[in-house]
Amino acid sequence: MSGTAPVVTPLPVGSAGKLSGGWWGVIALIVTEASLFGYLLFTYFYLAAQTGQDWPPTGLPGLLIPGINTIILLASSAAFWAGERRIRQGGVRSSIFGFIAAIALGSAFVAIQLLEWKNKTFSINSDLYGSLYFTITGFHLCHVIIGLGVLLLLLAWTMMGYFDHKRHVAITIGGVYWHFVDVVWLFVFSALYLSPYLQRG
Amino acid sequence: MAAIDATRHRIDPPLERIPEVGRIPAGSPIEARLEKIWETAPGWRGWLSTVDHKTIGVRYLVTAFLFLVIGGIEALFLRIQLAGPDMAFLTPEQYNQLFTMHGVTMIFLYALPVLSGFSNYLWPLLLGSRDMAFPRLNALSYWIFLFAGLFMYISFPLGQAPNAGWFNYVPFSGPVYNTGPNIDVFALGMVLLGISTTVGSVNFVVTLFRMRAPGMTINRVPILVWGTLTASVANLFAIPAVSLAFFLLWLDRQIGAHFFDVANNGQPLLWQHLFWIFGHPWVYVVVLPAMGIVSDALPTFCRRPLVGYTAVALATMATMLLGFGVWVHHMFATGLPTVALSIFGAASMVISIPSAVAVFAWIATIWLGKPVFKTPFLFFAGFVALFIIGGMSGVMTAAVPLDWQLNETYFIVAHLHYVLLGINVFPVVGAIYYWFPKFTGRMMSEKLGKWSFWTMFIGFNAGFFPMHIAGLLGMPRRIYTYPSRMGWDEVNLITTVGSFIFAVGVLIFLVNVVLSLKRGTRAGANPWDAPTLEWAVSSPPPAYNFATIPTIASRHPLWEGRIEGEKEHTRTRLEEGYLLMRGRETLGTSPIDAKPVVILKMPEDSYTPFLVGLFVSLLFVGLLLHSWTFTALMAALSCAALSVWMWPRRNLGQRTARHDPASARRGGKGP
Repeated sequence: MSGTAPVVTPLPVGSAGKLSGGWWGVIALIVTEASLFGYLLFTYFYLAAQTGQDWPPTGLPGLLIPGINTIILLASSAAFWAGERRIRQGGVRSSIFGFIAAIALGSAFVAIQLLEWKNKTFSINSDLYGSLYFTITGFHLCHVIIGLGVLLLLLAWTMMGYFDHKRHVAITIGGVYWHFVDVVWLFVFSALYLSPYLQRG
Repeated sequence: MAAIDATRHRIDPPLERIPEVGRIPAGSPIEARLEKIWETAPGWRGWLSTVDHKTIGVRYLVTAFLFLVIGGIEALFLRIQLAGPDMAFLTPEQYNQLFTMHGVTMIFLYALPVLSGFSNYLWPLLLGSRDMAFPRLNALSYWIFLFAGLFMYISFPLGQAPNAGWFNYVPFSGPVYNTGPNIDVFALGMVLLGISTTVGSVNFVVTLFRMRAPGMTINRVPILVWGTLTASVANLFAIPAVSLAFFLLWLDRQIGAHFFDVANNGQPLLWQHLFWIFGHPWVYVVVLPAMGIVSDALPTFCRRPLVGYTAVALATMATMLLGFGVWVHHMFATGLPTVALSIFGAASMVISIPSAVAVFAWIATIWLGKPVFKTPFLFFAGFVALFIIGGMSGVMTAAVPLDWQLNETYFIVAHLHYVLLGINVFPVVGAIYYWFPKFTGRMMSEKLGKWSFWTMFIGFNAGFFPMHIAGLLGMPRRIYTYPSRMGWDEVNLITTVGSFIFAVGVLIFLVNVVLSLKRGTRAGANPWDAPTLEWAVSSPPPAYNFATIPTIASRHPLWEGRIEGEKEHTRTRLEEGYLLMRGRETLGTSPIDAKPVVILKMPEDSYTPFLVGLFVSLLFVGLLLHSWTFTALMAALSCAALSVWMWPRRNLGQRTARHDPASARRGGKGP
C-alpha cells in the first residue's frame, strides 16, 4: 500500500524545480506547440508533393547565411544553459552574463532572419511557395521573439536578486521553452532549406 | 486574501517541512481560518478575480447551457423551414447561416465546454485535492471561451454569420465565393477558442498527474477522470491542426496567401485533412468525458461498482488512440486512393471494439446490479440505448461503398445526432440531475425529472430516427427546401414534430432546474449514497474542498466495508489527514503511485486571467477589423498582463526574499 503511510521526511514546499506545476505546464505547452509545427511542416510537404512547379520556384535556397544563423541560435541555447548551470552552482552574478549572451545571440538570429526575408524575391501573397515560406518562418520568428521576451524577463528577475541556487524554477521553465524554440528551428531549417536539395538529388 | 500568510514577514518560507497530520472539526475556529484562506472576495472584485474551480465549473455549465438553448432555437427554425415542401419561412442564405451557427454552437460552444464544466467542478473533489493544478489558467480558459463564443456571434445580428457549415470547406469558404466577414469571424473565433481549449487541457493533464490525494493510485481514479484526461491529451495534439487550418484560411482570405487556392497550386483537400485530423479526435473529445460521467454515476444507481473498470479505462484510451487514425473516413468521397480508403475504413470499423467494451460494461453493471429507477438512471440507461443505435449507423458508414451512397445525406445527420445527443446531451442532463444536489445543496424534482426524460427520449427518437429514412430516400443534407414529389414530406414532418417534442422536454428540464434552485428539498452530503470522494464533503462543498487532505485506499472510498470480496485491510481516511494551512496549500503527489512528493502553494485570486483573456480577445477583434495598431497594442497589453501573472512570488516559493524591499507591500497579495 503505497502513499498511505504518513510522511516522515520533509517535503519541498512551493515551486521546487521539476516538482513544480510550471515545469509540467511548460512540457504540456511544448507538446502542443510541437504539434503545431508538425502540422505546419505537414502542410509544406503535402503541398510541395502535389505541386506541378519546380520547387522551390526561385531555385535552390542559399545555405550559407541560414546555416550561420542556425549555429547562432544553437549557441544562444548553449549560453542560456551555461547561465542556468551557474545559478545551480550558486553563481548568480556570473549567470547573468550567460543570459545576456543568450539574448544577444537570439536577437542576432532575429536580425539576420529579417534580412533574409528582405532579400527574398517573393512574398507571402506572390505564390504558394511564398505563402508557405513566410508563414512557417514567420511562425517560428514569432516564437523566437516571444522567447526573447521571456529571456529578458528572466534576466531582469535574476538581476533583481530573485533567484539563488535553491529557488530558480522560472529559469528552468523559461530555459526549456527557449531550447524547444531552438530545436524547432532545426526542423524548419531541414524542411525549408535542406529538403529541396534531397529532392533535386 | 490570506490573512495568516506567513510570507508577510520578511523571511523566506521554509523550503521544506513535514506536513502536520490532524483533524479539523466542522465549525471549529481552525476551520474558519481555513475558510478564510480559500474564500473569494465578495462583490464584483471577487467575481472578476476568482480562481475557485467550483465557481469556474458552474460558469462553464451555465454558459454552455445558454449556448445549448441558442443552438436549439436555431435548430427549431430549421425544422420549421423543412416541415413541408417548398416552404419560404427562411431564405436560402438565412438557412445556411442558421444551420452553420447551429453546428458551431452545439459542437464547439456547448459540447466540450459543458463537459469541462463538470470536470472543472468535480476533478479536485474526485481526486481529493483543494484545487486544480493551475487555478489562474482555469479562469483564463473560461474567460476566453466566453469571449470566443461572443466573438463568433458578433456578425450574427448583421446577417453576416458564418455560412459554410461547421466544417467550412474551401473553396466555398475561400475568398472568391464568400466575400463578407462571415468566415473571418468563424476563422478567428475558432483560433481564439482553441487557446481556451488548449490551456484548459493543459490544466487537466497536469492536475491528474500531480494533484491526487495520497493513495489514489492511477488505477483508482474515477472513469470520468480517465475520460477527461484522454480528451485533454488528444486536444493537445489535435487543436493545433484546426487552429492552423483556420489561420491559413484567414491568410488566404485577408492577406492573399494561396494555401487553398487551386489557381495557384493550392489544395482544397489540405483543408479537409487539417480539419478532420482535428475533427475526428474532437468527436471523441466531446463524448469520452460524458461516457466517463456515466461510468461513474451509473453504478451508484445499480448499487454495485462498475463492471470492468480496467477494461473501460483502457477502452477509453484505445478509442482515442484509434480516433487519431480514422480522419479520412470523413473524406471517402473525395477521390482518394483505394488503399487509403481501405485502411481508414478498416480502422473505423475497429473503433467499434473499444466502444462496445464500454457498452457491455454498462449493460453488465445494470444486469448484475439492483437498478434504482431515479431520473439520472433513466438518462444513463437511455444513453446506452442511443449509443447502440448511433454506433450501429456509425459502423455502417465506416464501410466505404455504403458511405458513398450515404455521404452528404440525412443518414449522416441522423448518425451524428444520435451519437452527439445520445452520448453527450443525455449523459449531461442525467449528470445535472445527479450532481445538482452537490452543486446547490438541493434535490431536483423527481416528478418533473421523469417527465423531462420521457418527453426528451420520445421526442428525440421521433425526431431523429426518421432522418435515417430520409437519408436512405436520398435526401441530401444542407438543402434549404425540397419539392413535394421526392417522397420526403412525411418523414420531414415527423422529424419536425419530434424535434419540437424534444425541445419541450429540454424546457421541462430547465424549468425543473429553476424551480429546484428555489424550492428543492435540502440534500445532505451524499443523497444518492454514492461511492466516490466528492460525496464526502458537504453540499455545496466548502471553498477549501477538504478540511484535511484525505488518504485513499480504494476506488469507492464511501462504500468500503460494504462490498463482498474486498481484500483491503486498510481503509480510506477522510476525517484525519494533512492539515496544510499556511496560506493556500495542497498536496502534490507522484504521477502513478500518488505518494506525497511536494507541498504545493496555490495562487490567490487574481485579475490577470480576466485581463489576459480580454486583451487576447480584443487582439482578435483587431485582426478582424484589420486594425493593425490596435492589434499590436493588445498584443503588448497581453504580454504585460502575462508578465504580471508570471512574476515570481515569494509566497508561492518561486523566489527568495533577499534584496526585496517591496516584499512587505506585495507579499501574499499578487498584483
